[in-house]
Amino acid sequence: MTSSDQFDQPIVQLSGVSKYFSGARALEGVDFACRKGSTHAILGENGAGKSTLIKIMSGVLRPDTGRLLVNGNAVQFASPSEAARAGVVCIFQELSLVPDLSVADNISISDPPRRFGMIDARAQRRRAEALLARIKCEDVDPNALVRDLSLSRRQMAEIAKALGKNPQVLILDEATSALTSRDVQTVYDLLAELKADNVASLFISHRMNEVEALCDTLSVFRNGSHVETFAKGAKSDRDIVRMMIGRDVEAQFPPKPAAKEHAPCLSIEELKWENRLNGVNLSVGAGEIVGLGGLDGQGQKELLLALFGVLRGVQGTVNAGGSIGIPNSPAASKSGQARIALVPEDRKTEGLMLPMSIADNLLAASYDKISSGPFINPALEKQAVADGVSKLQIKIGQSKDAVATLSGGNQQKVVIAKWLMTDPDIILLNDPTRGIDVGTKQEIYKLMRDLADAGKAILFYSTDYAELIGCCDRVAVMYDGAILTELRGEAITEEAIVAAALNIDTGAAA
Amino acid sequence: MSDFTRALAANVRQNRGFFGALILLSVLYITYNFMHPRGFSTAVLVQNANEVVAIAFVAMAQTLPVLLGGLDLSVGAVMTLAACIASELVHGSPAQIMLGMVITLMSGAAFGLMNGLIIVYGRLQPIIATLATGAIAMGLALFIRPNPGGNVDSDLNWAMTNSLWDFVDTYKLFDPDAGWFQPLAWIPVPFIFLFGIAAATWIPFRRSVTGRTVYAIGSSEGAAFMSGLPLNRAKIAAFTLGGFFAACGGLYLAIQTSSGNADITQAGTYTLNSIAAVVLGGTSLMGGVGSAIGSLVGALILRVISFYFRIVSIDPLLQPLVEGIVLLAAVSLGAIRTLRVKNRLDLFR
Repeated sequence: MTSSDQFDQPIVQLSGVSKYFSGARALEGVDFACRKGSTHAILGENGAGKSTLIKIMSGVLRPDTGRLLVNGNAVQFASPSEAARAGVVCIFQELSLVPDLSVADNISISDPPRRFGMIDARAQRRRAEALLARIKCEDVDPNALVRDLSLSRRQMAEIAKALGKNPQVLILDEATSALTSRDVQTVYDLLAELKADNVASLFISHRMNEVEALCDTLSVFRNGSHVETFAKGAKSDRDIVRMMIGRDVEAQFPPKPAAKEHAPCLSIEELKWENRLNGVNLSVGAGEIVGLGGLDGQGQKELLLALFGVLRGVQGTVNAGGSIGIPNSPAASKSGQARIALVPEDRKTEGLMLPMSIADNLLAASYDKISSGPFINPALEKQAVADGVSKLQIKIGQSKDAVATLSGGNQQKVVIAKWLMTDPDIILLNDPTRGIDVGTKQEIYKLMRDLADAGKAILFYSTDYAELIGCCDRVAVMYDGAILTELRGEAITEEAIVAAALNIDTGAAA
Repeated sequence: MSDFTRALAANVRQNRGFFGALILLSVLYITYNFMHPRGFSTAVLVQNANEVVAIAFVAMAQTLPVLLGGLDLSVGAVMTLAACIASELVHGSPAQIMLGMVITLMSGAAFGLMNGLIIVYGRLQPIIATLATGAIAMGLALFIRPNPGGNVDSDLNWAMTNSLWDFVDTYKLFDPDAGWFQPLAWIPVPFIFLFGIAAATWIPFRRSVTGRTVYAIGSSEGAAFMSGLPLNRAKIAAFTLGGFFAACGGLYLAIQTSSGNADITQAGTYTLNSIAAVVLGGTSLMGGVGSAIGSLVGALILRVISFYFRIVSIDPLLQPLVEGIVLLAAVSLGAIRTLRVKNRLDLFR
């Protein structure tokens, strides 16, 4: 604890808080305090208890034991709206926007401006416009339905909604994970502004550079307990990571092999779709990891979806392992001459069937492998599930449990394991490390390299430049639906990627 | 002004189903009038208006559970129950008639309230809870009116089922031939009853937090909870309003026929047609998208289709077959949009 705690009343304080889920410990004996005007990072692996901590603070969960104090007064929040009234507002990672309502409706959802007792649509729209302008999102139409917005715009709308509640404590749970770099800067500025207004921000992020740029205080959680709180700069990165995962981490990224020529496995020529892909040319070799970089929304996601047969009306040539033509469904692309797998953007909707069991999710793409005729062979099924779980070291209770019971990192491992079970030749990854912890991220990096070494062709889209630099043999930077720059080897630097992403020539981009 | 046109364009885009239904209705009804020997006359309009009111109200009643993402199998039965209550109570002095109508509507709303309480606090699926309560409503209706009949006030019957001219004339409100009144005299009273109640209840409901919560629940209940919306209140209110609409339909049916009839087959037909009308009106069975006004339009389309059988000679035995094919075609129009979807993932959103 820092010395100023003795003078300033903490705005939020937890004392001796524990929380159990059907016997499993999520938090135990946690003492934690957050001061006014601080920007406070909460760090920890998946399952460390960060989500439970913020859910307790924001009124989603109630602690089993211990007390929650806001401004020194003990409180018991029955709902997120009660917490919001007390000034504690959370921007959840699982977005809390209603897709079929407009942006303006969502921003003022529970307490809209009224006139003659009825919702005043015009005042509501003006309020939305003002809040969106504050976070530099004038491009978002308040009348647009949330379902028509991109993920990054939704996240900004979520931030506008939280701001509208005039928070004293703003909790950002991975709030920047889906944002473009420009929006991230806006959020940074916003946090500085809030700090000047003496608002406390609790910031949960898996991006260390963000935490270092923004936060003044850091708290590390591990295994449901609060390890330590310290001022920024008091510990080295290495110490922090060690604190988080309880072990030493040697290298963040596995070493890259020496550059060599790869036999082409996937080649794409002049791929076009709607106005989102404007002639993409790219080839990926067997055993090669190719990164897709660039600002958000330059066609990276559409490229992956097109290759996986999700989009209709795609033009151009795709040569996947010798078979030429664009697959017309995911079913076709996973069973073509060269089998393609896609780890999708949103694991909760596109990657998993949340209420179904871990085993069913693991097998979902490869029932043909474990069936004899129309029937599933129980012995093969059991073997396949056990293989998948052990290969990725997924931490599960029983394979019969619903996949929704797993933590985010383990859910993502299930998605990856599901696709590895099809034994794909070409693996498409859409931001596979979004919102998961450092330890799991590193396992995924290593896995990618192992798969490449085993001769798979990997196309990897990431919003985190450090990942592209650390993992990829080659990085293709997209701009306006086409690949503008390809970087390889030593030329893959943050400066070069950023320059190419913004389509500016600094001389650094080779 | 450009702000307004932009908002209007967004509104049309976001409510394609509703505007499509409106266009379909206009085309069908105008064509019908051209084909009808006495088309575009007040007589035809009044007759048609009388036949749409009950189903339009039942369709509006069905809309609320559908917006929540469920189905209400009791709407036809609640309408029948209300008609039977009205057939016992709506006669006597003007005050007694008014009281009878109020009791009829309140009992429908109370039945809806009961549905809502059972679903929220009994934690039951709407479809199964209302299957049971629908049977209860039918049982009550049979208890009140074991045999078809009743004596609904005959002046009321005449005034409510004709044009505004006849309404004014029946109750001697003022001289119905007054010059200023002529532009309004042709309007069928059933339309005033239907559109008046629809506007007076739906617009405030849609612009309340409760109404918004109903949409939010159907769209994403988790997000609605996380946003601190009053989920239980909204569900209970939705079923109560549904019961009220069903009772409006029942009240009108009783006035129109001057009687009540606890007809199980009729109740079932109304329930099933209400679901068809809701879909025709652009409301998604997944919940969260649509409106009761859309369902009103859907119900009108459904009825106009059946009007055609009077002027086109089709063997009555083939009528259900033709009706089914036309309904299927109309519902398929709503699915055309999916052919234009370029990202197949959008089909599941």
